[in-house]
Amino acid sequence: MTPQELRYATTHEWVHVGLDERGEKIATVGISAFAIEALTDLVFMDLAKVGTQVTAGESFGEIESVKAVSDLYSPVDGEIVAVNEALIKKLETLKDDPYGQGWLIKVRLKDESALDDLLDYDAYQKQCAEEGH
Amino acid sequence: MTDTLAKTPLADWHAAHGGRMVDFAGWLMPTHYSSIVEEHLATRTAVGVFDISHMGRLWFVGDAAARYVDSLVTRATAAMSPGRIRYALVTNDAGGILDDVLVYNLTTTANEPARLVVVNASNRPKLLNWFAAHPAPAGVELRDGTVATAMIAVQGPRAIELVAPLTSSPVGELKYYTACHARLGDVEAVVSRTGYTGEDGFELIVPAAAAERLWQGLVEAGAQPVGLGARDTLRLEAGMPLYGHELNEQIDPYQAGLGSSVDLQKPSFVGQATLAQLRDDAARPRRVGLAVAGRRIPREGATLLSAERLIGHVTSGTFSPSLERTIAMGYVEPAFSPPGTELVVEVRGHRDTATVVALPFYQRGAAPQRAASLSSAGKGSIA
Repeated sequence: MTPQELRYATTHEWVHVGLDERGEKIATVGISAFAIEALTDLVFMDLAKVGTQVTAGESFGEIESVKAVSDLYSPVDGEIVAVNEALIKKLETLKDDPYGQGWLIKVRLKDESALDDLLDYDAYQKQCAEEGH
Repeated sequence: MTDTLAKTPLADWHAAHGGRMVDFAGWLMPTHYSSIVEEHLATRTAVGVFDISHMGRLWFVGDAAARYVDSLVTRATAAMSPGRIRYALVTNDAGGILDDVLVYNLTTTANEPARLVVVNASNRPKLLNWFAAHPAPAGVELRDGTVATAMIAVQGPRAIELVAPLTSSPVGELKYYTACHARLGDVEAVVSRTGYTGEDGFELIVPAAAAERLWQGLVEAGAQPVGLGARDTLRLEAGMPLYGHELNEQIDPYQAGLGSSVDLQKPSFVGQATLAQLRDDAARPRRVGLAVAGRRIPREGATLLSAERLIGHVTSGTFSPSLERTIAMGYVEPAFSPPGTELVVEVRGHRDTATVVALPFYQRGAAPQRAASLSSAGKGSIA
């Protein structure tokens, strides 16, 4: 996946929507390279379990750096069908491959309307540029 | 927002070199440039430079300056030899801590008798009011040198390699907690063998206009610029209290484990009578170090429990880069303060085991790798 293909929440999570083998829409959720760079010195991550219902705008986990702890907010509505357990054990992967091996959760979409509120790549880049100042 | 903040003479340098600038006690200061862990480890293994110009530098000048300062701090500083520095506390009548300070016996550059008192940035306005409310005798002049000067800390095992060549004065012979006037090139400076990291190092006070050239020279000589983030992780590993976290006006020096910084035998000072009573009061919460089992960091306000009962709270916590584990400080009921006591810490609804350990967590000379291997040796002894 390239960053240009993704949609973004203002809280820095990215989403990619694809189809599973049954043809159901599955959203893969991660956090942007910009956010990972800003967090720095990651020490801990906790994610909700498979089977948890998530709601757009609500927390599905937390990520902790030496500086501070931050909530992770779901950009979509649905049920968690996979959690990246390998990532929890090796947080450096977030830095190395934020849009690939660094994915956090996969969600079977229940309602797609939340997708309309997400930013495209250009709009997200603009937000990051403003935050960077 | 940033327009209203005070700026050190190095603020523009920080911003131009990747410093992430934040509001700290009303000053625009860098939290980090590269990463907190990288800057922390550079200080432990090599040398870091810290802009600490936000700290207050108050000169009390005149023949009676020593006696006046002595009447307001917990240690005997009037009889100190020239060049000596003491860590001391400024307390109120109830024995509560108004600030923790360094008192230098140092003349001004014009050779006037003086005491230099270095105070926390957040407490400078409060202390200026406190001094005004406790008027000095005639002949003592208070000169606030904070804005006219800069203060730079050079900390780490290689600090001496960087500082010694800057001057013909024998600063390498300065003992821990002493200071002298020295010329750094063409600049008049105060050089002290002090710091807040647990490492060997120096703190340099220079005219504001000379700060950037000195700083740049130190960076070019190989020092890593270090922000407030690593300053905090370093001092926490070294077991040093931070005002506003471990220290405040509701806490007295004995609770904070700073009884050795209170000299009850010295001539009278504000708070002395109350402190004489508090010394033997063993009922109040005590400051402790905590080794936390998990990676979730208990930060200020996290609660400490034993047998489902609230017995204390956390005042600072972090991931220790040197020990590669979670550490914290807090206050607990005295019965739970002996090292080895196991507690439960609650962090955002999750519970973890915390073991009381002796402070400091980290001692100078223990290489980070060595400290890390000790940290896995067993509970109760991580340093």
